[in-house]
Amino acid sequence: MPPEAPAATADEARSGFQLPGLLSRWETLIVGLIVVVFIIGASLSDEFLTTATITTGTFDMIEVALMALPLALVVVAAEIDLSIASVLGLSSAVMAALWNAGLPLELIMPLCLVMGALCGAFNGILVTRFGLTSLAVTIGTLALFRGLAFVVIGDESVTDFPSEWTDRAFGTIADGWIPNVLVLFVALAIGFALLLHATPFGRNVFAIGANVEASRFSGMRVKRIKLTLFALSGTVAALAGIVISLRNSTAAANVGTGFELTTVAAVVLGGVSIFGGKGTIGGVVLALILLAGIQKALTLAEGVSSYWIQIVTGILLIGSVLGPNLVSRAREARAHTSRSRGSWPSPGVGLSNRPRKEEAE
Amino acid sequence: MSAEVATPTGADAVASGERARRLTENIFRVRELGIVLALALLIAVTAILEPRFIEWDSLKDLLRNASLIAIMAVGQTLVLVTRNVDLSVSSVLGLAAFMTGDMLSGHGTPIGLVILLAIALGAACGLLNGLLVTFGRVPALVVTLGTLYAFRGLAFLWTDGRQINAETLPDSFLNLGTGTWLGIPSIAVIALIVVIAVGYFLRSYRSGREFYATGSNPAAARLAGIRIDRRVTIAFVVSGALAGLAGALFTARYGTVDATAGTGYEFQVIAAAVVGGVAITGGVGTVYGAAIGALLMGCITSSLIFLKVDSFWQQAAVGALLLVAIGFDRFIGLRLDAALRQRSARRAA
Repeated sequence: MPPEAPAATADEARSGFQLPGLLSRWETLIVGLIVVVFIIGASLSDEFLTTATITTGTFDMIEVALMALPLALVVVAAEIDLSIASVLGLSSAVMAALWNAGLPLELIMPLCLVMGALCGAFNGILVTRFGLTSLAVTIGTLALFRGLAFVVIGDESVTDFPSEWTDRAFGTIADGWIPNVLVLFVALAIGFALLLHATPFGRNVFAIGANVEASRFSGMRVKRIKLTLFALSGTVAALAGIVISLRNSTAAANVGTGFELTTVAAVVLGGVSIFGGKGTIGGVVLALILLAGIQKALTLAEGVSSYWIQIVTGILLIGSVLGPNLVSRAREARAHTSRSRGSWPSPGVGLSNRPRKEEAE
Repeated sequence: MSAEVATPTGADAVASGERARRLTENIFRVRELGIVLALALLIAVTAILEPRFIEWDSLKDLLRNASLIAIMAVGQTLVLVTRNVDLSVSSVLGLAAFMTGDMLSGHGTPIGLVILLAIALGAACGLLNGLLVTFGRVPALVVTLGTLYAFRGLAFLWTDGRQINAETLPDSFLNLGTGTWLGIPSIAVIALIVVIAVGYFLRSYRSGREFYATGSNPAAARLAGIRIDRRVTIAFVVSGALAGLAGALFTARYGTVDATAGTGYEFQVIAAAVVGGVAITGGVGTVYGAAIGALLMGCITSSLIFLKVDSFWQQAAVGALLLVAIGFDRFIGLRLDAALRQRSARRAA
């Protein structure tokens, strides 16, 4: 498990859970769910509890998993980035076009990462300098970047990447069961966990998500930090585009369509508050393991339709926020206190980070 | 638009409130005029370059294509105005479209009843969304992302790989999608009725104005005695019901339906509303704007086809348009704030 998050502990204390610390943590709940899924998975199929599950499960989720890491930081800062899957597609398309133009892969890959950073910075500038809502901006760039991907390469695809690189993306360490890309993910997860939970930058991200006004007045470079987060998100999305192209030995403009929603689902399921100010990388990693486990269990199971994946994902997603809300409401009703904590989303508000004050009426 | 819902006391204050209201209304009329102008310009330029574009047949096609998105954009507007969002519309459309096709092929159920059932199914989905948002206090983005998956999963389970084909559907139903009433495509007539009905309700009824109050400032709206939970729930029910209607019309229009019907529509619908001047932060926008937004987006697609521009540019153009639209909204929003502040400063002096 990735490093523990000191920030979350403080948050939990503030949110007023009365259960002993560890039990009430969202992460503990996910671990419990993972155990349940693994027990069910093992009983449904003999193949479930094998190392092959880890190998194939990684390949099923790796792109979403990579993009979920920086997205978690963006959401903690009370913003959102829906354009990630389109940056992934654009990265794949640019890779294909440059390969067709005869450039070596060793040069193409850094260029793709730079392009991803620029796409992210474009989102970031529109959000911070022009004061536009990130939800609207990134729905716009979702269409724009995917459109540009088609403009770059059309409906062609490139499949003749050198096996030296495709083997790296599809291969496993020492031909065992640990995929190379899993190592990449773990390294990035540790990096992002340290960035969010162990640096002043990370503390600022939490502060901005919790109260942007107060952060500005206490001298944080709010705009610069948000811009950095969007650029990071774009860069990692471009990296995911490289990974998916090499792994499938196919680069095209339409890869990863719809991944943005899966990634947001993983982040929210990981306990990151959509209102910002709350969440851990550890939680997101656990949510990814849970989602991959469910997917694997349902595909391996005989006689169970794999379409249940979507239904289970949807219910889990809503339940992950609804459950704690109902518990806290029940507790409030019992305690009969008017002491408000302002940590639960107020009704009817889904988008802005403003309305959290309302609870204090 | 908070000036519209405030009710200051005293004759002077009422008069100045009235002036402020007129100012905001005029500015937003300018906003809708802007998009109408953009639409007119696009049609004019395309028509000059390729006169076949304004032949009635191709315009009818354009109207048909935009109508489905326009109907859903009306419901989305209601939800966005209350400062929420409904991502699940595309999945609701998929469910309703398959149900319509399933009931009409071979079973001989009356067409009117099936359409009503599709609307009812959509309304039920919307009610679930609304209750989770209001009673469950789960953010709308999370709820509707969850139901986007869950409803689509249900559609897959229900269809079980089957597909509805046009041959099995009654002709009178397919005519609804491809036929015309008084020369105008019937889908467009239905869309127009929906737009005008909801638009009139939002503009002229007290309960319609309460949607704007809810989205402008939920806390103030609640203190003013508006039952904001009820407004939000109704917004989701209407959005679901219209997505259900759009689902029935989808089947009538395309004839072929499987579990993937309407995948990805959610962003198109939100984009249409936002291009039409509906603020994603709530409290601002009209269904007329949203409908024109849908028309403009459809128009971009068909004019690119007519101009033989690589169709690959279409998506990029729509994205750029959306960014320009929200940039423009931000600009006039800042101007409006400044104008209102100046007014109140002058009054104080």
